[in-house]
Amino acid sequence: MDITTYIELVFSDYTLRTITLGTAILGAITGMLGSFAVLRKQSLLGDAISHAALPGIAIAFLITGAKDSNTLLIGALVSGLVGTFWIKNIVTKTHLKSDTALGLILSVFFGFGMLLLTFIQKQPNANQAGLDKYLFGQAATLVESDVWMMAIITGVCLLVMLTFWKEFKILLFDADYTKTLGFNTRIIDILITVFIVLAIVLGLQTVGVVLMSAMLLAPAAAARQWTNSLSKMVVLAAVFGAFSGVFGTAISASQNNLSTGPVIVLVASVFVAFSFIFSPSRGLLFKQIRVIKNRRDLELHKTLAFMYHIAETHENISHPHTVKLLNNFQGYTKSTLQKLVDKDYVKLNGNMWSLTPTGFETAANLYTKQSTNDE
Amino acid sequence: MDKIAVKVDDLTVAYNYKPVLWDIDLEIPEGVLMAIVGPNGAGKSTLIKSILGILKPIAGSVSFYGKPYSKQRQLVAYVPQKGSVDWDFPTTALDVVMMGTYGSLGWIKRPGQKEKKSALEALEKVGMLTFKNRQISQLSGGQQQRIFLARALVQNASIYFMDEPFQGVDATTEVAIINILKELRRANKTVIVVHHDLQTVPEYFDWVTFLNVKKIATGPVKDIFNDDNLTKTYGINYKVSIQE
Repeated sequence: MDITTYIELVFSDYTLRTITLGTAILGAITGMLGSFAVLRKQSLLGDAISHAALPGIAIAFLITGAKDSNTLLIGALVSGLVGTFWIKNIVTKTHLKSDTALGLILSVFFGFGMLLLTFIQKQPNANQAGLDKYLFGQAATLVESDVWMMAIITGVCLLVMLTFWKEFKILLFDADYTKTLGFNTRIIDILITVFIVLAIVLGLQTVGVVLMSAMLLAPAAAARQWTNSLSKMVVLAAVFGAFSGVFGTAISASQNNLSTGPVIVLVASVFVAFSFIFSPSRGLLFKQIRVIKNRRDLELHKTLAFMYHIAETHENISHPHTVKLLNNFQGYTKSTLQKLVDKDYVKLNGNMWSLTPTGFETAANLYTKQSTNDE
Repeated sequence: MDKIAVKVDDLTVAYNYKPVLWDIDLEIPEGVLMAIVGPNGAGKSTLIKSILGILKPIAGSVSFYGKPYSKQRQLVAYVPQKGSVDWDFPTTALDVVMMGTYGSLGWIKRPGQKEKKSALEALEKVGMLTFKNRQISQLSGGQQQRIFLARALVQNASIYFMDEPFQGVDATTEVAIINILKELRRANKTVIVVHHDLQTVPEYFDWVTFLNVKKIATGPVKDIFNDDNLTKTYGINYKVSIQE
């Protein structure tokens, strides 16, 4: 299938259109809120929340006996919130650190959820088949009403975020200071946390309990590489998340039987890998290039300084010296000499070199600059 | 210097049964530049944080010009320890200084031209105007400290609390900061500074509080900054039990 027919299909085919829209919106909201989670160093909170949601799904099914996705997600929301506030309470009321609290709640809730799932599977109720799809998600089960739900929640979230942008930002940067300014940091904190839980619960049907946290973290981690502004980071993360959804759906739809959730997560991680390597200011590639360039510059400066010391001893600074003299100097190569000639710092005449007046002056400045830096 | 700017009564703070501050009474007169000194773990930062309501004391009360903090917030500004925040946060120097205006703006309202103007003025005062658009992770330690100071200056408060503003800054920044503090004092503002370098206390400050879990002494530097109080603060290990 080529790209144009696929795009036509997205617009004409109901299922594909629903899934594409759903995963795009999901990617956008999780990317957006993921930025907050990452900046608060609560990256793992998402993982704990999604796992904590599982028993809620099972209990909602046990109570209602129906597999209506909205009912199950309300169950997920409740147990996700309970898990989150337990984590916060453990951190504030005991000596345990947040990583321990997260791990504890994650495994206890997930274990309990799995227990309930196996219990449900033993029930005679024929309706129970397919509850385990929430473990890894199944985008194909998305229907139009699910997408509407996601769109509305994303809209509300966006509205709240824009309204309280200033408060969110200052709390993320400096919570203690925010308190002294008279803001109720608990309210801001609860607002952010509730939205993160909401976003995660929304994604459970599509991406599943196990992989959901990647949707939160990957777009945000990728976005952080490209910008030094919070607003741009949030927008970029939303865009990366949305594209992960769209591309992931496309790949899984065109390659038969590839599960959508994992593909979306993998696409998102490609964004991360690309950003880590190619971002101009923070990327590994350009960092390495800068390191190499700096090292070369330093070698060049060292050679120049060495020449300066030799030239200094003569009255005429441009007095020629033999190249052999430089061989005693560690770090000297033919190419560094050539570079100095290219920069017009040095003149080469057969086997003899001499400093030009510019070269001498540069070297002298270099020397004083370095000695003041040492102080 | 008759008016009392900050009054602390019977302040006691504990982390898990271990008292960090024990029954602190303190009266800080208006217009002084006061150092809080004491060994590591004496509760200096804790004292500031519980005065400002960041930490909850188990007993005691604090008032600013006779009224509780909740009514006097606009009079008080806080400079936290530089290391208390993540300097890799995606924002600029100017943006951080603008945060000083958030308190007077209140909820929801966004900072506008007026707020930007006062933030720029504060940046100029600390000599950081040329760095206004610099990403904060690319600032040196001393520059970060000046940014924090500028953020507090924007609040245009009467009482300033500063937690180790001289920590890890070079001589130039130290002089710049102390000049600003002295300027604040000339404007009859009250400045309370957690300070580590005992050598500079007589030169920089006119008021001092010795603290080591308990308050050892408080008063004018020229009267009480002596060997006796220093020995009492640094030489003896105080152990008080909360069970009493």
